[in-house]
Amino acid sequence: MRAMVYRGPYSVRVEDKPIPAIEHPNDAIVRVTLAAICGSDLHLYHGLLPDTRVGHTFGHEFVGVVEAVGPSVERLSVGDRVMVPFNISCGSCWFCARGLLSNCHNVNPNATAVGGIYGYSHTTGGYDGGQAEYVRVPFADVGPVPIPDWMHDEDAVLLTDAAATGYFGAQLGEIAEGDTVVVLGAGPVGLIAAQSSWLMGAGRVLVVDHIAERLAKAATMAHAETLDHDTVDDVVLELKRQTDFLGADVVIDAVGAEADGNLTQQLAGAKLKLQGGSATALNWAIDGVRKGGTVSVVGAYGPIPNAVKFGDALNKGLTLRMNQTPVKRQWPRMFEHVRNGHLTPRAMVTHRFPLEEIPEAYHVFSAKLDGCIKPLVVPGPA
Amino acid sequence: MTDDQIPSAYVRDKRTPAPSREELRARIPGWGVDLDPADRPSSPKLQYAPDSTGAHWDFPERQPGWEGRERSVEHAFVTPVFGTAQPLHGVSGAIRGYAYRRFSEARLAHWLLLVVGDRVDAGGAHLRSLVSRRPDVPATGLRSEVTAGGLSSRSGRSDRRHHVVDPLVAAGPWAAVAGAVTLGGRVLWRELSRRHR
Ligand SMILES: NC(=O)c1ccc[n+]([C@@H]2O[C@H](COP(=O)([O-])OP(=O)(O)OC[C@H]3O[C@@H](n4cnc5c(N)ncnc54)[C@H](O)[C@@H]3O)[C@@H](O)[C@H]2O)c1
Ligand SMILES: [Zn+2]
Ligand SMILES: [Zn+2]
Repeated sequence: MRAMVYRGPYSVRVEDKPIPAIEHPNDAIVRVTLAAICGSDLHLYHGLLPDTRVGHTFGHEFVGVVEAVGPSVERLSVGDRVMVPFNISCGSCWFCARGLLSNCHNVNPNATAVGGIYGYSHTTGGYDGGQAEYVRVPFADVGPVPIPDWMHDEDAVLLTDAAATGYFGAQLGEIAEGDTVVVLGAGPVGLIAAQSSWLMGAGRVLVVDHIAERLAKAATMAHAETLDHDTVDDVVLELKRQTDFLGADVVIDAVGAEADGNLTQQLAGAKLKLQGGSATALNWAIDGVRKGGTVSVVGAYGPIPNAVKFGDALNKGLTLRMNQTPVKRQWPRMFEHVRNGHLTPRAMVTHRFPLEEIPEAYHVFSAKLDGCIKPLVVPGPA
Repeated sequence: MTDDQIPSAYVRDKRTPAPSREELRARIPGWGVDLDPADRPSSPKLQYAPDSTGAHWDFPERQPGWEGRERSVEHAFVTPVFGTAQPLHGVSGAIRGYAYRRFSEARLAHWLLLVVGDRVDAGGAHLRSLVSRRPDVPATGLRSEVTAGGLSSRSGRSDRRHHVVDPLVAAGPWAAVAGAVTLGGRVLWRELSRRHR
């Protein structure tokens, strides 16, 4: 089969690989019909996540058709069209039993501090991902769900991570009616977080980024006010001004470890890898939220320590909430929201690349060229 | 500053209250459909519902082939299911294996050694590729700089400042290796020619 393959930082290509096999009785093999590149894949692409091995196939957002099932699979059959949450979960450990599907203890031997994720390095379990023609899906009775008839495949693929994460991020903000919510980052995650904030009763939603077309999307798709952080000297001060010196009630970090806006943090974290990433957005969140407020962190950070202003968080009495998204737990409610048009994931899709062109897709998405907001990847003949 | 100009933060209530429910509902599709904080999918954080996950086992059957597979020492054993992509091999494998065996996830050395393993792995793969039919290039996807508006897309953006560094980050190690090889070659050549004189 053809598959995207990592060769080293800033270097990916498409190679022939064997079609994955059933390795456990509850495995399924899925033929991928549509995949996507996530902002998280960029951290791998830039060499930021420890134990990313040459030859690894990325991709944790994908939908497809069940090609084969292991002997203990009860809930899926060959031929089913399925959407697969980015988390690999056993469904039966202490954590899964309590709904922490992103924190499963039975699927990632390489680390206890993070669960299992498709195509996301060996630090999340060493599973090849879905930017390929076929993918191994463990615990087929726990993760995948048939795509509802009415659902567009492009919505389905975004629900496997980016959209679910935006919705989850707004929940972590513990938004109360009338709250002023600031969303840092107008990528796919931030855009859905902004849309979701309204559903939870926000009175005001302000999205911060520095890429014009993404801010424009925040205004149209998420009815948000926008702030281009390049146009102000001090973002935190600007947020204080805009909130009558209170600060925002809730700030959602939808940026993560490669934040711009502070050159020293960027160079030390994202480029030289002297820390676990650049914590600029997280620090803006901590300093820009009001005392007693909530910071929701869905932007991803690696296991290497970061320079975070923890003292400010303490002294301000903040609530910090965060996690990898337990995707499947979001779905029943999100399906309603997508069906009713309250959440519009596929409105963010700007690019569709054939699998063979995936090196270009990575570069375009990483450097944010050509107005790219969300790139999809289509396996099959180019 | 008169009393009514004192900003919200210094008085009891926000001076500009949020718009009314009616106003918001009229402007935003779906405003407030998840208004009740207790009725959101991830609240409460812990929801004990083991029968709803689809699992029909107490502990999953163990995937064969776990013997010898690396694991975090914070795990009691290799988890019942695991990825089998890219098993440890060669020098990078030795470094990574040591990181897993020797240091828990709590230790910075664990992660830094894994990063060293990554660079050794990638460096070795790049070198081997140079003598293969499909040599690596220092960075991929660069055609799009031309076809997808590399310059125009970035105009006026602050991340230009560090995108400038990207070629260095991507090509730096290649340049360093090329430099070292050239230098080493020269020294060797000089030594050899001296001996043969
Ligand atoms: N927690 C999870 O489960 C989960 C799931 C998916 C993605 N993520 C993470 O969420 C983050 C966003 O993902 P995405 O797909 O939207 O990525 P993306 O790269 O498309 O979006 C990030 C956006 O942040 C902007 N940005 C950079 N620095 C900023 C700053 N200082 N302030 C404000 N904006 C800034 C960028 O211009 C970009 O538009 C990533 O870190 C990703 O890894 C987490
Ligand atoms: Zn992701
Ligand atoms: Zn589990």
